[in-house]
Amino acid sequence: MRYVDKTVVGLSIAFVVLVFADFFMADWMRFIGLQSLARGAVALGLLVLWRTGLVSFGHALYFGFGAYAAAMLTLIGFHDAFFLVFAGTLAAGILAYLLGFLLRRYRAIFFALLNLAFSMILYGVIVKTEELGSTDGFSVLTPTFLGYAPKGEAVQTTLFLFTLVFTYIVTVGVHLYLKTTLGGMSMAVRENEIRVEYLGYSAEKVIHVKYVFSGLVAGFGGAIMALAIGQVDPDSMANWTVSGEFVFITILSGIGNVAATFIGALVFELIRTYAFEYAPQFWQFILGGSLLAIIMFLPDGIWSLFSRLRGSGKAPTP
Amino acid sequence: MQELIVILIDGLVFSSYLFMVSVGLTVIFGVMKILNVAHGSFYAFGAYMSATLIGAYYNTDLPEFGGFLAIFVAAIIVGVFLGIVLERGLLRFLYHRDEHIIVLATFAMFLVLEDVLLMIWGTDPYYAYEPMALLGAVDIVELTFDVYSLTLIGLAVIVGLGLWLGLTKTKWGKLLLAVIFDREISQAMGINVTVVFTVTFVVGAIMGALGGAYIAPTISVSPGIGVEVIILSFAVVVIGGMGSIPGAMIGSLLVGISRAAAVHKFPEIELFVIYAIMALVLAIRPEGLFAPAKARKI
Repeated sequence: MRYVDKTVVGLSIAFVVLVFADFFMADWMRFIGLQSLARGAVALGLLVLWRTGLVSFGHALYFGFGAYAAAMLTLIGFHDAFFLVFAGTLAAGILAYLLGFLLRRYRAIFFALLNLAFSMILYGVIVKTEELGSTDGFSVLTPTFLGYAPKGEAVQTTLFLFTLVFTYIVTVGVHLYLKTTLGGMSMAVRENEIRVEYLGYSAEKVIHVKYVFSGLVAGFGGAIMALAIGQVDPDSMANWTVSGEFVFITILSGIGNVAATFIGALVFELIRTYAFEYAPQFWQFILGGSLLAIIMFLPDGIWSLFSRLRGSGKAPTP
Repeated sequence: MQELIVILIDGLVFSSYLFMVSVGLTVIFGVMKILNVAHGSFYAFGAYMSATLIGAYYNTDLPEFGGFLAIFVAAIIVGVFLGIVLERGLLRFLYHRDEHIIVLATFAMFLVLEDVLLMIWGTDPYYAYEPMALLGAVDIVELTFDVYSLTLIGLAVIVGLGLWLGLTKTKWGKLLLAVIFDREISQAMGINVTVVFTVTFVVGAIMGALGGAYIAPTISVSPGIGVEVIILSFAVVVIGGMGSIPGAMIGSLLVGISRAAAVHKFPEIELFVIYAIMALVLAIRPEGLFAPAKARKI
């Protein structure tokens, strides 16, 4: 019997279902969906890093950079979503490539904190730049899609479809990549870097590749977010609390499977939206409380629930 | 010349403030290897508690200088209470977990405490300017500085000296140094690491709360004051070398004076000069300027 990759099948089914659902969804559902996909993409990048044993407390840097790159292009007259998202992704990727030369030498808490330092530099630059609206940010006009300029509700429908397609491609790509030799090196680097070096691989190169990759998807997420909300501002795009939220989603999801990151992002978004709606005074309390509950009682994230249901009884080994 | 002196004084005041808020963080990291995001909450709770106590104190007819006592009482109440609740109630269950997980758990605690703060004190700002008004102002090179801010420098020196003496000259300090150097061996030698951890965390919490409590009279105490403090103290601690008290001092001076210089000379880079220094130091000396040398474990 031919080997069937369950994750790819699952992702494809989810993709098709969501594409159909797009035409029936209520506006608020689509909005939450878009945000989950955007944040999920960043968490996907963090998952790849996490498997290598690295956690970044500064991926708002690439998220914000992608978002602002896309948003700034709209200021000079580019409005095509394909171009904007591509440019945002690429800009963040280039930044990650350049910083990667430095960051690939760092491990553990130093890696996390150096990322944080760079993200706060970006935050500081944005806040101090009057032309970019300082702390208020600026709004992003509705994008066009290869000449098609949707109006009213069609904007969100098209954007959601657009995001779905690209997120699907990226996610399946990541999943397949993680199964290649280079992808498999993640675990090896995490377990014992010195042995990896003895086997003839460069641990730094492995990390650099993964770092650039995580930058690319974070930029993608940022660009999508900028188009989805129609607004960019430093506090919800580049501040350190945003980076914290991404790590939160990664923990919530667990690193067992790529699909988990989007479920995690959705759960995060739902907790946040409802907490904010029903208890605006206590939404941070609820968010922090759920994070603590996950850390204490579900250490391998939501994904481990599925494997528990399947009766394997132990954490998934990817 | 005048500008230089202003930068120096402003820088020293800001450095002392930074030292006060970051020394607790570095002590906790040095001993427990925990990067405590909830440190920002200690600061915020300290500031609120101090503002409340000062307000209450000046409603009575007691002697005016007693208001300063309220500041320290506030720091101790907050530090002991929050320190014990967090360490005994949460962190001790996580010591065997990944360091990232512990950081995130303290981040979660920070989120929770932010809202607890709102529940207790509400959203309105608090003012407790009396101690500051009491000390008045002083003229230095034709410019007016308020004396209260200058006393911050003295307080930072006292706290720094106190911690240094406590660490090197007392029995407790030596136990602590042993735990910092090697946790497992100290445990094997019969040091009660559990108690050392709790005490360290409480002391660190008191330091953080004292930073907030002492600064409270100079600011309007309002929601969200903890967020910036965390990231500032992270920068200081990372620059100086995590876990090193002299490092925290040098880090504070470096950050404080360069920020003061930036504020006066190039206001547009004020916000990120701190993080630029942090990135630069990390790029050259990843472990920070004063980090103790470590053996490579294979």
